[in-house]
Amino acid sequence: MNNHIWRPLYVVLALVAVILLVRAVYVPKDFGVHGGEGYMYGWYREGNVQEWKEWPSNYRTQSYCAECHFDQTEALVAAGHAAIQCENCHGPALDHPNEPAVLTIDRGRDQCLRCHARLPYPGSDRKHLPGIEPDQHNPGMACVDCHNPHNPSLEDM
Amino acid sequence: MKRRDFLKGTAIAVAGASVPLAALDWIDAREAFAARDDLRWIFLVDTHKCVGCGFCVKACKYENNIPQETNATRTWVERYVMTRDGQVHADSPRGANEGFISRAIDRGTAGPLEIADEDITQAFFVPKLCNQCDLPSCVQVCPVGATYKTPDGVVLVDRTWCIGCGYCVMGCPYGVRFFHPIEHVAEKCNFCYHRIHRGESTACATACPFGARKIGNLRDPDDPVTKVVMTQRVGVLKDAFGTKPQVYYLGLNMEVR
Ligand code: SF4
Ligand code: SF4
Repeated sequence: MNNHIWRPLYVVLALVAVILLVRAVYVPKDFGVHGGEGYMYGWYREGNVQEWKEWPSNYRTQSYCAECHFDQTEALVAAGHAAIQCENCHGPALDHPNEPAVLTIDRGRDQCLRCHARLPYPGSDRKHLPGIEPDQHNPGMACVDCHNPHNPSLEDM
Repeated sequence: MKRRDFLKGTAIAVAGASVPLAALDWIDAREAFAARDDLRWIFLVDTHKCVGCGFCVKACKYENNIPQETNATRTWVERYVMTRDGQVHADSPRGANEGFISRAIDRGTAGPLEIADEDITQAFFVPKLCNQCDLPSCVQVCPVGATYKTPDGVVLVDRTWCIGCGYCVMGCPYGVRFFHPIEHVAEKCNFCYHRIHRGESTACATACPFGARKIGNLRDPDDPVTKVVMTQRVGVLKDAFGTKPQVYYLGLNMEVR
């Protein structure tokens, strides 16, 4: 048989071989069907699950802060702001003891208005929170000028 | 060689090459499913408790290294205000990253909308996040296997494997996906997969001062979240899409899409 019939077949086979070779080198061994739901949902690189598990936790929660700042967390717990995590205002605590400068304290007026701008919404617990009208209650001033955020009630100060 | 043999040979070679090697390690679905039947992460959102402070959004961005100043966010909070004339006004200024600090509804370029208190019939906040669907359409449409579902029910994105085609962004009926402003790959909430596997709660649930957000394990009958989901009237978003979302809502109503 003539060469011109064989030649395209050789080209195709060579291409296929190259693709399979590249695939074998490039695709990690743990890439395949996992988890039992077939191609539709379980086709992935299994090592990635572990990679995500190793991501650092930036937020350390109040109990972590209490290890050093017990006086502050104690005051917080006694006052109306017990439910608020230190890190909501002070920023994520990861690396803080080693690098004190990483904490960025948010002292802005808007930080307090998140809860205390009065929104009388039926259907939401927001209506039960003590609220002010931002444009009438000392506009332009920082809340922390009068209120101690750790113990915000003026009567208790 | 006969013409017929030539064709046959070519067909076999091409067909053989086009079957991915991974097809060979297909396993029995029931067997594998049974292996992890002790863990299925779910989420519970209480729309009555949410006050729209947005601490959850801020915490999420810090936790998952998404710049605060961008509009990109893994979770956001929507405000719904229904008025006497039957209208529904909804907004989520910058995903509520700074919380809801004003009565005015944000309508973008149309300007803020002031609504008088006496005109309001209902108003509440609805936190949204990836639903970690049981039948996730984002996974179905991902052509390279970069988006996948773990055996414990969380949908993850393999950043080294994502080619940035954006199919998942289009395929998700909930609009929870976007491109990471720094990594430039498909991004979405993953229930803080790293935290929940260390026994910690998600960053958003940790930051929420009002207990409006909770993570739970559907396979543990003693789990407080599972108890609520099993015994109370909970709803899910866009049930009709059939993706079987696993973020359950207390106090959801028709107007919330
Ligand atoms: S909510 Fe969207 S991104 Fe999340 S699992 Fe479902 S389809 Fe995928
Ligand atoms: S932190 Fe809690 S109360 Fe505040 S907006 Fe988020 S879910 Fe709602």
